[in-house]
Amino acid sequence: MSNHDDGGAHIRVRRYSGSARINHWIVAISFVLLLLSGLSLFHPSLYFLSALFGGGATVRWLHPWIGVVLVVGFLGLFVRFFWQNLPEFTDFVWLARIRHVLTADDHYLPEIGKYNAGQKFVFWSQAVLVTTLFVTGVGLWEPGLAYFEKMLGFKATIDQLRLAAVLHASAAVLAIAIWIIHVYAAIWVRGTISAMTRGTVSGGWGWRHHRKWLRKEVDKGEIERERLTAAE
Amino acid sequence: MFPPVRNPSTQSAAPKFGEKDLIRRSASTITPPAQRQTEVAKLIDVSKCIGCKACQTACLEWNQLHEEVGVNVGVYDNPHDLTPASWTLMRYTEYENPASGNLEWLIRKDGCMHCEDPGCLKACPSPGAIVQYSNGIVDFVKENCIGCGYCVKGCPFNIPRISKADHKAYKCTLCSDRVAVGQGPACQKACPTQAIVFGTKDEMKQWADKRITDLKSRGFDKAGLYDPPGVGGTHVMYVLHHADKPHIYAGLADNPKISPLVEAWKGVGKYAGMAVIGLTAAAGLIHHMLQGANRVSEEDEESADKLAGGKP
Repeated sequence: MSNHDDGGAHIRVRRYSGSARINHWIVAISFVLLLLSGLSLFHPSLYFLSALFGGGATVRWLHPWIGVVLVVGFLGLFVRFFWQNLPEFTDFVWLARIRHVLTADDHYLPEIGKYNAGQKFVFWSQAVLVTTLFVTGVGLWEPGLAYFEKMLGFKATIDQLRLAAVLHASAAVLAIAIWIIHVYAAIWVRGTISAMTRGTVSGGWGWRHHRKWLRKEVDKGEIERERLTAAE
Repeated sequence: MFPPVRNPSTQSAAPKFGEKDLIRRSASTITPPAQRQTEVAKLIDVSKCIGCKACQTACLEWNQLHEEVGVNVGVYDNPHDLTPASWTLMRYTEYENPASGNLEWLIRKDGCMHCEDPGCLKACPSPGAIVQYSNGIVDFVKENCIGCGYCVKGCPFNIPRISKADHKAYKCTLCSDRVAVGQGPACQKACPTQAIVFGTKDEMKQWADKRITDLKSRGFDKAGLYDPPGVGGTHVMYVLHHADKPHIYAGLADNPKISPLVEAWKGVGKYAGMAVIGLTAAAGLIHHMLQGANRVSEEDEESADKLAGGKP
């Protein structure tokens, strides 16, 4: 992330508030913990991962509770970023030119607002998958299921629970694949990660990847001129 | 009368089977022994059962289980369902036979069937928590059980129960500890009418044939052996007077087999899932190798500075 900002004074633009970043990292950390604990029960060759949590029995009760943390955290992100992730015409143009996205030929791409179609895809697919994982996860969570059965007045059949297990595993695999895309994109597009660490991105990053968003921020006057000192 | 299993000698003897006789171990790959032990089986002759529950009591006693005192809701089933402390249960059904007009009292001793193809074991994610011995006994190994309840989803007979006290799964062991020293299961020992007999699987099938012939001679022309092929046969079998409709015996599965959902989840699903995750990660790596980093250029920074320069 420091590759480009050693050139002296450039503008930096605020992308995420402190609370948004904390919210993001709560979700991120719980996702990684869920991934590790979930995979340990998904495939026998990964069972050794359960040792990170103190054994399979701990995974059995801890995984659902981390899931609850993630669901609450994700709901926060959903509410925060919902409006900026609504689809718009530009998204279809961007998707139609996905080839140029992958080859970083940015001049063929339309000006993008705060999120491009790829980011919106991550947002919406994770929203659907987290919901699926929560509902099916409750089915696999003995005390949780008992609680919801009592509260909602139903009794899940074993066949429904089998289906829940299949859906939970499938949704988890998709969520992990999309998470890999999310992490990879943040690494590939250099200068992105500072948005979630320091909360700001360089003006050049905004110009290159989210020019429509940058123009809006500039119009609002919400930029900071940064004198890069040795301390940075 | 079937010759009962003899009492053991008072000399201590080495167990007849153990770790070396495992043919399946949950979440593990093992090499089964070259020589398979003679398969054992318990035969439950429903037509001879008088519903005395001696088997239930013997099970509690031998396995040192303590069932809670229940509530009578007007049926004979007690407790109302299998529990972590009740590994076997008499299930009573009043069946009105449409052919004869008779009211028949069907009493089935429910419990683990010790499938040749055990769904519980296939679903279990914890290495060695469920094992199958070469004599056919499917056993839960408490120390390795993590209490996840996957065995409950895997079982085609709805047998395992998870204890709320210690979060472990429980079911009938076929008294593997007794069989290991040449004894029959406790329930069989206690049965006063030989409705439960125990021996090798071949002996049990032969004995069942005799019983079925007898039942047929008494007008139960649909009498037969319940040894469902969908799970590769079982090591607990029933003689049913109405073998054409097992479901009338308190919902005994007509054609039990491991649910296709469980097979998908634990079979192709595991490999497909790993492949999807692996391929996505590989696609990222390859893309980065071919494409290199997507860096912001100095011109980008200057354009941004210029854009912002117009504003104070």
